[in-house]
Amino acid sequence: MSDEVTAEILTTHILDLAAEGKRLDGRGPDDYRPISLEPGFVVTADGSALAHIGDTAVVAGIKLEPGKPFPDTPNAGVLTTNAELVPLSSPTFEPGPPQPGAIEVSRVVDRAIRAAETIDLTRLVVTPGEKTWVCYVDMHVLDHAGNLIDTAALAAVTALAHATVPARRFQVGESDYPLDVQHVPIECTFVRLGDTIVVDPTFHEERAAQGRLTVATDELGRVVAMQKGLVGAFSPDDVKEIVNRALRHGDRMRALARGGPA
Amino acid sequence: MGSVGAKDIPQLLSPEGLRIDGRHLNELRTLSIRAGPLHQADGSAFVEWGANKVMAAVYGPREVHPRHLQQATRAVIQCKYNMAAFSVDERKRPGLDRRSQEISKVIGEAFESVVFVEEFPRTSIDIYIEVLQANAGTRCAGLVAASVALADAGIPMVDLLPAVAVGKIEGQIALDLKKEEDNYGEADLPMALVPQSGRLVLLQMEGHMTPDELARSLDLGVQGCREIYEKMKAALRDRYSTGPTPGGAA
Repeated sequence: MSDEVTAEILTTHILDLAAEGKRLDGRGPDDYRPISLEPGFVVTADGSALAHIGDTAVVAGIKLEPGKPFPDTPNAGVLTTNAELVPLSSPTFEPGPPQPGAIEVSRVVDRAIRAAETIDLTRLVVTPGEKTWVCYVDMHVLDHAGNLIDTAALAAVTALAHATVPARRFQVGESDYPLDVQHVPIECTFVRLGDTIVVDPTFHEERAAQGRLTVATDELGRVVAMQKGLVGAFSPDDVKEIVNRALRHGDRMRALARGGPA
Repeated sequence: MGSVGAKDIPQLLSPEGLRIDGRHLNELRTLSIRAGPLHQADGSAFVEWGANKVMAAVYGPREVHPRHLQQATRAVIQCKYNMAAFSVDERKRPGLDRRSQEISKVIGEAFESVVFVEEFPRTSIDIYIEVLQANAGTRCAGLVAASVALADAGIPMVDLLPAVAVGKIEGQIALDLKKEEDNYGEADLPMALVPQSGRLVLLQMEGHMTPDELARSLDLGVQGCREIYEKMKAALRDRYSTGPTPGGAA
């Protein structure tokens, strides 16, 4: 399907509003849309969460299965991250093999989870070089109303934070135990609209944007991953400002990801 | 219908004739249907049926992709049924498989039988079914969700399409099998009904049944479909009596 058109007049309106520090949905430049999280949404998964940021919705499911470590890392478990931008979620998505957009979402989320050492991969190993847990993080986009990366990442870390290692089912141990999550990275995405940089862009703000920057931070205040996307540019000062804003939002969102019923 | 060692087969019926979840033979699992949970799609529905969770979305009538499928005199219906990797006990590899393609085909054909496709020449009506959590009967849950999504999208149809599977467990005909009953039962017969005409537009069967058992199964299935039909209509009434503003997914 051809790209959905964001009308020129809408783009101009979004940029005019941004120049005055306003947005189409009434938010300020540093406001997220309402966030909701539902851990344990899918009982067939070993950990799961449905995340909403505004109208954008992503389900993440964790599956843990015994497998073999990679030959070059016999003492580390395996983590695999995959995002599906299924055609149900947007008129612009087609059925078929993963599109570049889906691959970017998977990879940016994967980098944050890996770099933050969200799970200690060495603790997934059962027998070095022989047997380890393979941890699959699958993200399923249901409704794409903008800012997929933050929504997918939030669903993924919430699902990990509430996951159980199914040791009994695979006869690897006596009983199941919670997956140990040591750090929780949070991704915050910003776009440039003229001279204004706004957080948590909607679908149409992304279309109007002159550059997008995602910054992932952890609870130690470290920056663990970044991704600049779309056509456009940021100055080093812009980047510094964005990092500070990402740290503030990260603290609040991390509490949401950690909390809630197991 | 797994061929598992005899000692592994759980008892599916109690001495009182009740099923493992306490249901009677002619009883459906709990079914809740929500029309219009998604914001991008032209129509959508979320179905929770027993331990199944299925989302459906409809886009169209819109341009046909790929273009060579376009028909000069009518709309084409393109259906894609897909299971999330985490929807089943053993992780499913993402992507197309033969089972999903077959289910997509028979569901699409069921809807071609009821949608007024001649009203929209040279267009496509695209139906997407995403199984998020599976516990037997996902094609029927998908059909029910897609049918409500089509109505939510305002696509003109002869009727809604309720669907249910009937099976045989320990020699007894039973309505709406759950996973253990499907795995260890003797037959599975999913069907979709056009309530107005009383005709079936989806029908599959696997297992062993005598002609008499099959006849009774069809009657039980039609009765189940009529019950589901009421819930589908109620979901649409709910959606449009409380105003057209979509809520959050699930």
